[in-house]
Amino acid sequence: MASRRATRRSQEDGDKYSVLLPTYNERENLPLIVWLLVKYFEESEFNYEIIVIDDGSPDGTLEVAQQLQQLYGEDKIVLRPRAKKLGLGTAYIHGIKHATGNFIIIMDADLSHHPKFIPELIAKQKEGNYDLVSSTRYRGNGGVYGWDLRRKLISRGANFVTQVLLRPGTSDLTGSFRLYKKEVLESLIERCVSKGYVFQMEMIIRARQLNYSIGEVPISFVDRVYGESKLGGNEIISFIKGLLTLFATT
Amino acid sequence: MTKLLEWVFGVLVLGVAWAILSFDLLDLRLPQTYQEVAWPMPLYLLVSFGCYSLATVGYRVATFNDCEEAAVELQEQIKEAKEDLRKKGLKI
Repeated sequence: MASRRATRRSQEDGDKYSVLLPTYNERENLPLIVWLLVKYFEESEFNYEIIVIDDGSPDGTLEVAQQLQQLYGEDKIVLRPRAKKLGLGTAYIHGIKHATGNFIIIMDADLSHHPKFIPELIAKQKEGNYDLVSSTRYRGNGGVYGWDLRRKLISRGANFVTQVLLRPGTSDLTGSFRLYKKEVLESLIERCVSKGYVFQMEMIIRARQLNYSIGEVPISFVDRVYGESKLGGNEIISFIKGLLTLFATT
Repeated sequence: MTKLLEWVFGVLVLGVAWAILSFDLLDLRLPQTYQEVAWPMPLYLLVSFGCYSLATVGYRVATFNDCEEAAVELQEQIKEAKEDLRKKGLKI
């Protein structure tokens, strides 16, 4: 009952949610993530569009995206491809340029972020009119599937160090499943200089600096990629470098 | 002020207070107990923080939620999605 009332209200509000999906070699996952996104958006009756930003994937991801566009319509599946693999920040900028929503949802296309949480992110945003809503794997009934002890230890350890040094006020800084008001995302991207994990962290830190309000929603993160690409020494080192940079400059 | 500067400032303030108490730098003639308590404080605080960190991270690793049902649900939905998309003519 309550959700019906809420969705009718949102249609009257004219809120529209643009989902940014940067992809690289996601030929197999793209149809699945789009199917799930469509399922949960249609069910909740929110107005949406899915913007696929493919960085010249050699495996034919763009072809699949075009098929999906045929299937679901060009108003629902928007293609903004790029010639080669460039940074995440620029992918967002590229995607936002033609986004027609007033809210932007960023997430991974590899099925680790489940679209079923999008209605929860939206509800949370409406609850407090938050400027951004972040997902967390570390609080409430948030969690992860597919991590061994070593991975969990690194994750919690890194998060602890980050909390002590940066005191960000949110529990999960490296997560990239978030909902932003469009103008908030635009102003944050302008100010962020880091890459990778650290880029996501910097977004939250800058948001704090600019006094944006941040809400949190617990999510389950199903990692199917970890088995293939373990968290290596390089990633850890660049994380530490990024963390220390943020520590010294913000 | 950056976080680094906050830390540097905090450490300086505490450091100066510690030095004044431990070495009686200002000739305050405080009771002996002040000196005895202040002297080991830095080490004591460091060790306490170390223990707190280990305990906290240990607890958080131990209570890290394993989302079994989420993985199962995802597998089922993947099957469902593949069937549905095939029906609708998608060539995967």
